[in-house]
Amino acid sequence: MNPGLHAEVRVRRGDFDLDVTMRVGRGEVLAVLGRNGSGKSTLLGSIAGLLRPDGGRIVLEDRVLTDPDAGVLVPPHQRRIGLLAQQPLLFPHLTALDNVAFGPRAGGASRREARAVALRHLTEVDAAEFAQRRPGQLSGGQAQRIALARALASSPQLLLLDEPLSAVDVELAPALRSLLRSLLGDRLTVLVTHQVIDALVLADRVLVLDAGRVVEEGPTLEVLTRPRSAFAARLAGLNMVSGTATVNGLRTAGGTELAGSGDGGGPTGVGQPAVAVFPPASVAVHVHPPGGSPRNVIRDRVVALEPECALVRVRGASGLAADITAGAVVELGLHAGSEVWFVVKAAEVAVHSTHTARAGAADGEQPATAVHSGPLTRSPDDA
Amino acid sequence: MSGERHGDAAPPRNGPARVVTQTRDQHTVHVGLPGALWIPAGLAFGLIVLPVAGLILRAPWSRFLELITSEASIAALELSLRTAAVATTVCVLIGGPLAVVLARGRVPGMRLVRSVVLLPLVLPPVVGGLALLYLLGRNGFAGKALDVAFGVTIPYTTTAVVLAQTFVALPFLVVSLEGALRTGGERYETMAATLGAPPWTVFWRITIPLVLPGLGSGMVLAFARCLGEFGATIAFAGSLQGVTRTLPLEVYLQREVDVDGAVALALVLVAVAIVVIAVARPRAAEGLQ
Repeated sequence: MNPGLHAEVRVRRGDFDLDVTMRVGRGEVLAVLGRNGSGKSTLLGSIAGLLRPDGGRIVLEDRVLTDPDAGVLVPPHQRRIGLLAQQPLLFPHLTALDNVAFGPRAGGASRREARAVALRHLTEVDAAEFAQRRPGQLSGGQAQRIALARALASSPQLLLLDEPLSAVDVELAPALRSLLRSLLGDRLTVLVTHQVIDALVLADRVLVLDAGRVVEEGPTLEVLTRPRSAFAARLAGLNMVSGTATVNGLRTAGGTELAGSGDGGGPTGVGQPAVAVFPPASVAVHVHPPGGSPRNVIRDRVVALEPECALVRVRGASGLAADITAGAVVELGLHAGSEVWFVVKAAEVAVHSTHTARAGAADGEQPATAVHSGPLTRSPDDA
Repeated sequence: MSGERHGDAAPPRNGPARVVTQTRDQHTVHVGLPGALWIPAGLAFGLIVLPVAGLILRAPWSRFLELITSEASIAALELSLRTAAVATTVCVLIGGPLAVVLARGRVPGMRLVRSVVLLPLVLPPVVGGLALLYLLGRNGFAGKALDVAFGVTIPYTTTAVVLAQTFVALPFLVVSLEGALRTGGERYETMAATLGAPPWTVFWRITIPLVLPGLGSGMVLAFARCLGEFGATIAFAGSLQGVTRTLPLEVYLQREVDVDGAVALALVLVAVAIVVIAVARPRAAEGLQ
């Protein structure tokens, strides 16, 4: 017996190659994180039955939905999988109420029953007052609420959320996010997102996808506070340096030593691939080699200064980032091209073993020092 | 397009002049319009408008009502409206599904099919009429079979008029409807499917309501084309008063005997054309691109 969702999806499309195995238990919310082109949409489309994978098997609550080898491909309308996309996609010719009633109607309910169900769901998302409005008369946030009600009203066994908040106004996103949290409850859900806050608030577990492979998977807090893959670290807003574990911390391929503490207290296997992770806010910036003997000093050159909340994010050529005050930026006379020394206390550096994950491979794109950093608040190509 | 050009030179986004940049204004200099083009352009426009104006000027207004209510005129008008209505309905019933198949079907060779559908649009109607005659005429292979099997002959009947009109009008309906289907995309249909709606439910409750405007303009265009049909009708259905002599045929015949009558009837067709343009123009232009 296999309650929940078990998906094994293999898709080859030109250069792109997706090979993912995932399991979502009943009542669990799984967040799939990954940058554009990592295969999230392909994965979601395969689960929803909108794509025919080359191989694998998708089983939902003991129903085989997709099994190319056995020639099984259950059409989308028989899957009982609800979808909430970036755009609400409310049917423009129907009122909000009839949009929500669409699922129950298609499921065989009478018009009256369907409307009753719809009104209940509209009330649940706090949108009953808009019942008689057409989609054209709704704001983006209202429409997305109603789209959520519509997805829930069809009583799906699995709910797929495809970046449900990314097209909603920034001011409205928090309210909608907490609404999602209260409504998802113990619904079997797969959430695709770029935003770490979505995963933090909504997901029990996180799966990180990179170039069509799962690079990391685990409980949300664990992955985001102790990321092993570059992407998860960027998402979590952390600097990440990969290398090999040493007794004191980590040595990069370029020979830089970073002191830090390993996870679980004890040192990770010395000589094993590892990553050092630390938040930008714990990085100090010097324009002269710092005196004394701070343990972690990394020489770098500034490539960009960006506003980050009330602070300024200083980005180095190596990919490291530091968050400092605007006053400090002026005082230090920083500009793109400045030579700087990034300093971070050993106590702030967490070293994680990566030999089980594929973080090393994911870092392949980086040169010798293999440094990644910077919270990915929202990259422009994520639209 | 001019909006984009404004955009480059526009003041900061939140500036008060923002609204101005979104509309054409007299300050814009158009560089893509050589002045000399106005002359041939004016000639072309004149060629379209002046004959119609001439017709209106020449019209026997004093006898107008009398002329268009003569027995022959009424018969022709009634036959035209009836056959055009039936032909338009047939276009919807068979051309509608063809448009959906063309827009949504995933079969190799669809592009070829799409080109073939345009055939009646580029073929001289009289050739279409002849083709129909050689398919469904007494000696045509389908016509012979129908005659032998059911004793049915189609040429020179009102049915033939409807068939001829359907033949020439189909592409108008198919093309504008297919355009509407493509523009709308499949997103709503996909969403409906994830809500548990089987394909027929999606078709009736989502696809059709969303393309109603496109269908409407396609129908108006098709209806107009049916009303104006001449060549295919005369080749395939002949010219029998009350049976196959539609309004355009009547105009042509009247011209020989009573020019005033012909002009009056022609004006009726002009009036219909103007109504059609007023109703269907914007969408139709989009669909036929």
